[in-house]
Amino acid sequence: MNTSFALARVVIQELYRRKDFYVLFVLTAVITVVLGSANVFNDDKIVRYLKEICLLLIWVSSLVIAITTTARQIPAERESRTIFPLLAKPVTRGHVIAGKALGCWLATGLALVVFYVFFALVTCLREGQWPIAQYFQALWLQWMMLAVVVGMATLGSVVFSATSSNATICFVVVVGILLVGGHLNTVAMQQPEPASSLLYTLYFAIPHLEFYDVRDLVIHNQKLIGGLDCLLATLYAAVYTAFFLVAAWLVFRRKPLSA
Amino acid sequence: MDAILRTENLRVEFRARERGGAPKLALKNLNLSVRAGEIFGFLGPNGAGKTTTMNVLLGFVTPRSGNAFLFGVNVREPIARQRIGYLPELTYYYKFLTAEELLRFYARVFGIPPAETERRIDRLLKLVELDPARKQLIKTYSKGMQQRAGLAQALINNPDLLILDEPTSGLDPLGRMKVREIIQRLKDDGKTVFFSSHELGEVETVCDRVGIINQGELIAEGRVADLTREHHANLEQVFLKLIGYQPQAVA
Repeated sequence: MNTSFALARVVIQELYRRKDFYVLFVLTAVITVVLGSANVFNDDKIVRYLKEICLLLIWVSSLVIAITTTARQIPAERESRTIFPLLAKPVTRGHVIAGKALGCWLATGLALVVFYVFFALVTCLREGQWPIAQYFQALWLQWMMLAVVVGMATLGSVVFSATSSNATICFVVVVGILLVGGHLNTVAMQQPEPASSLLYTLYFAIPHLEFYDVRDLVIHNQKLIGGLDCLLATLYAAVYTAFFLVAAWLVFRRKPLSA
Repeated sequence: MDAILRTENLRVEFRARERGGAPKLALKNLNLSVRAGEIFGFLGPNGAGKTTTMNVLLGFVTPRSGNAFLFGVNVREPIARQRIGYLPELTYYYKFLTAEELLRFYARVFGIPPAETERRIDRLLKLVELDPARKQLIKTYSKGMQQRAGLAQALINNPDLLILDEPTSGLDPLGRMKVREIIQRLKDDGKTVFFSSHELGEVETVCDRVGIINQGELIAEGRVADLTREHHANLEQVFLKLIGYQPQAVA
């Protein structure tokens, strides 16, 4: 466990020493300040729409950080050959997978906290209301969803040697699930066999990331989601993340590496 | 004395790059043994199988057949690497870390307590003469400095066996001398060193015993003095003779 935490720490150190995170943060911050503090004609609908855009931006930015950071971890280790002195220590490939995924997830969480705190400050100061619990729940569920994304990108990083192909595939899959994942069963009902069965199988096999999109909680100040539902959503994310990480370990553990 | 590094009939094959091609035999039934406290030089021309042997010892490559042991533990077990230090041929370290951060990271991997870690970092950075540059990012180091940072990371766990893959490759004469001095100091401290090198003069000076490998087979093994006496030649001439080098007349 110590080894995985040590590796996770290096991933976080790398993130905050790279410039791309700051570029993304400054960009998101500027757009959030502009949109979050705007009050067009005192129209609530427009204000809520602008808040929705800000949150969408936070979603996209955190997805970019999660996918790009995770997708490059193991290919970069192999390319820069830092994997060799690492595996020459009593470190297993399972430690590498667990440490890298943990580091990426924690780093993404850190970025998410920064984004949310910033957004909350801008909007709550303007509105004079502080729905902290709603913000926390939205942040927590988004972070759980990002755990699944990190697991998926980790699996991709041991299957594809090019970071760009892994990142692209992950983006397409995640955006695809978010946009159409929830409608697959409706589409399946209207299809003839065997397309219907195939779509149903896909519907039940994919991780339903759209469950975690609770931006409306913050935008419309809706009442909180029940604790049990939150717990189930957390467990659901944990199961899918574990599945992807075990698959990544199975692929990586026999991969020949030559120094 | 007990062998702390041992290989038994090690055989490694690599898949052919082209479709349907025969697999390349990288090691043919290699039997090696290195005893505690000695400096063992592993010699061979490029492509002879030196790095492959090290890759097997470090668990990067799984042999087709045969076994390798470190301290009596099969190298397939990660615990076999608890008491070793490894310095790769080129510097492969996280360039966004400083030397002391790099050492701290590896110390955490070994589970060394924080107070002891700091003591070791101070001692090692002084040993490899990187103390003044300890807070600089590794990417700003010269090649010689990076190689010395590598040596420090290989020593962080106070290993009993050091595996060094061409530790002086690409270094200037001063850098080479410094690395050689450190190896000598490690021997004085009772450490075992297994290292590959193309610098035969250096091997002759530093090593107690050598093994010469060619085309995946160990063709000679013994004390440097015995080999040179037996062949009435210096180590370089012995090496060239054993690998079958034929000097060609220049027209």
